[in-house]
Amino acid sequence: MTLDARVVVQRGSLSLDVELAVQDGEVLAVLGPNGAGKSTLLRVLAGLLPPDGGRVSVDDAVWDDVPVRTHLPAHRRSVGVVFQDALLFPHLTVAENVAFGLRTRGVRTAERRAAAGEWLTRVGLDGLGDRRPGHLSGGQAQRAALARALVGEPALLLLDEPLSALDARTRLVVRAEVRRHLAAFAGSTVLVTHDPVDAMALADRVVVVEEGRVVQAGTPEEVNRRPRTDYVARLAGLSLLPGTGEGRAVRLDAGGVVAVAEETSGPVFAAVRPESVALYLARPEGSPRNVWPVRLVGATPHGATVRCELAGEVPLVADVTAGAFAELGLVPGAEVWATVKAAEVAVYQR
Amino acid sequence: MSRSREGAGIPPPLLVPAALGVAFLVLPLVGLLVRTPWSSLGRQLTAPGVGEALRLSIVSASLATLLSLLLGVPLAWVLARSRIRGRSVLRALVTVPLVLPPVVGGVALFLVLGRQGIVGSWLDEAFGVTIPFTTTAVVLAETFVAMPFLVVSVEGALRAADARFEDVAATLGADRWTTFRRVTLPLVAPGVAAGAVLCWARALGEFGATITFAGNFPGTTQTMPLAVYLALQRDPEAAIVLSLVLLAVSLATLLLLRDRWLGRAQG
Amino acid sequence: MTARLALLAAAVLVGAAACGGPDGADQPVRSGAPAGDAAPTGTLTIFAAASLSDVFARLGAELEEQNPELDVRFNFAGSSALAAQLEQGAPTDVFASADEDQMTRVVDAGLAPEAELFASNRLVLAFPPDDPAGIDRSDSAGIPSLADLLDRDVTLAVCAPEVPCGAAAAEVLDRTGLSDVPDTYEDDVRAVLTKVQLGEVDAGLVYRTDVSSAGDAVGARAFREAEAARNRYPVAVLDDAPNPDAARAFVDLLLSDEGRQVLTEAGFFEP
Repeated sequence: MTLDARVVVQRGSLSLDVELAVQDGEVLAVLGPNGAGKSTLLRVLAGLLPPDGGRVSVDDAVWDDVPVRTHLPAHRRSVGVVFQDALLFPHLTVAENVAFGLRTRGVRTAERRAAAGEWLTRVGLDGLGDRRPGHLSGGQAQRAALARALVGEPALLLLDEPLSALDARTRLVVRAEVRRHLAAFAGSTVLVTHDPVDAMALADRVVVVEEGRVVQAGTPEEVNRRPRTDYVARLAGLSLLPGTGEGRAVRLDAGGVVAVAEETSGPVFAAVRPESVALYLARPEGSPRNVWPVRLVGATPHGATVRCELAGEVPLVADVTAGAFAELGLVPGAEVWATVKAAEVAVYQR
Repeated sequence: MSRSREGAGIPPPLLVPAALGVAFLVLPLVGLLVRTPWSSLGRQLTAPGVGEALRLSIVSASLATLLSLLLGVPLAWVLARSRIRGRSVLRALVTVPLVLPPVVGGVALFLVLGRQGIVGSWLDEAFGVTIPFTTTAVVLAETFVAMPFLVVSVEGALRAADARFEDVAATLGADRWTTFRRVTLPLVAPGVAAGAVLCWARALGEFGATITFAGNFPGTTQTMPLAVYLALQRDPEAAIVLSLVLLAVSLATLLLLRDRWLGRAQG
Repeated sequence: MTARLALLAAAVLVGAAACGGPDGADQPVRSGAPAGDAAPTGTLTIFAAASLSDVFARLGAELEEQNPELDVRFNFAGSSALAAQLEQGAPTDVFASADEDQMTRVVDAGLAPEAELFASNRLVLAFPPDDPAGIDRSDSAGIPSLADLLDRDVTLAVCAPEVPCGAAAAEVLDRTGLSDVPDTYEDDVRAVLTKVQLGEVDAGLVYRTDVSSAGDAVGARAFREAEAARNRYPVAVLDDAPNPDAARAFVDLLLSDEGRQVLTEAGFFEP
């Protein structure tokens, strides 16, 4: 079961043109900021929105083919969708919700009940089948929604921000469960999310969509290590500095020079991890070749460290321990010196 | 002046008009009770025609509600969900009976369904069926006046309902009709119930369109409001008694239905 | 069809105008109306049976012309409804009823002294122009009985027994053994006439004066039993009349030769 799709949608200010291919058993994460067109893409794949151009096929079945005016409505596609808010039908019991897709396909009552029961057990909701959705917790509701989407054994599973409505602790648990079920799922999965952690944890491959276009694609690891846009870099917690390689230095497009450990040439990205940035009150003497005067513009606690946003000739993000933060007497507007070792700057072609 | 009292209190600019509003609506009912001839109540209630008019009122209002449900719920769906052209014009048209004097509505029904009417004349010739002056005419007149209440109420419920549930149903293999039956209708059921009660109450009190289109004949077309109006001309006491009966029946029905949905909504 | 619709629209408009109501009572009666021969001024409020609409409107205009300072306002409705309104204390100068029962009700309530009769009216059998029941073709020598004109299976509209025209209708139907023929009991005579004009009933029992005012829109036949069941129209100046001088002037005009002539032209009989 392979999804092949090119989806074109023109709608108001949104101009979406995205190509995707998802293999059997593969999980593809579509990562992007709000308004990038992710949800529109998902609605097109589900059949809820006819595209303005392109083609969507799963194996040999053509679901959308705009040039020849083919459009298969949602209810005739073999899809399962899990929405952000679970959206369990409030007037049905949990078991009836799970069995809904079987009922519309004419499966007999006894069989339906057995299948729903089995899936409830699989997602850990044993014994809760007779409850109304209103009496489930957020995590339980999302599990029931997953069971409801999978019970019909769809060729394509679509997950629309499935974890973002959950609180942090529940998210952790449910994420692990979703991961387990995705591993067991034979069809193709498309996961739409703006949370890089979901993408990294659940997906085999990631495509990053910004303003309706794919800006980067690759394994989660690649995307994380070598971001190609500010958006991805910010998600990965990196400072992304585009420039031109000149031997062991990168002349930045925005001005300034970064010393690097290896020879480069042509357009490159230099990426700096926050933990590689050290801050000093006075200009440090000695080895670091990258020393810049910067000004603190923002600080947010981040676990045991404080993430500091720094403005200057070279904008950076630095993680300092809470202790160091206090010791340096850092307040917004404070003038400090930032240093980065050349060996800790990642350089890759643009 | 404690803080909690201030928080729970009603601001005087709202309290005074609200109290006046209650008085304005309730005092006439009190007036009815005060002027009720309690001593002759039994005799008045058992007078011939009272039971008949009451039965006819309840039956015809219920049939009108049923007809309104059959036609009005699909109509509300079209207004709330479909993307057909001229939907706003359509909405304005079907809510016209809300502002039309019912007597004019009755005349309009004559022009369509009367013996000489566009449809009525054809019915007469083809099937020998004439509608005016029959109980059917009462039901039709009440439906004409009361159905917009149901349509407006159900349309509001449909607009307030989360359309994403319908998307979910579609991705689970439900076509639009199945989605309507299994998802949309159950979701808006409280709105449909509220609309049906409103519709029934309006139909029960219908006077103008009924007396115009259906006429006034005891047992066939004389509903309670008609009986009240005519009694008022000769015997105001009888009119008060009849009004009281109508009031009691409608209050009892509304309270009963209200309890039932509240019970269901909580359970 | 269109002609009927137009007529009906006109009827509705007239009705609406007639329902303008006695709000003249809210206006201060202008001073300078001393007793005696001085011309009446201020507002004169008259409650009159619906069947008197045309005649009273003419006489009211006449009185206003004679007394430029006078404003005459009418409330035309079914006599029973008017009597009920008077019992509830509606401020009024003159009450003219379509039958003696309703006037008796007002007099007994102590609202008016003895009333004076000024006209009478008789029922006729009205039918639509196309006369589907063949009422006009049923012929008999002289004035026929209602029983000769009316088959038992015709659709017949009459006034409800609660209102004067209905009391008269009940009496003639009773005399002719046709009590079970009506299909609807309308709340006033205009409603009966409307249904005849629309062709929704084969026939209706209405006043002769209503047929006169409807012109060619309906046909009508007189019948013998109507004479015995005629309505007499009494008029009275109310005890609490806010403008008794003007009220007296109107009643005088109504009872004068001129008033009698207007009544006759409209199809009324002598009391």
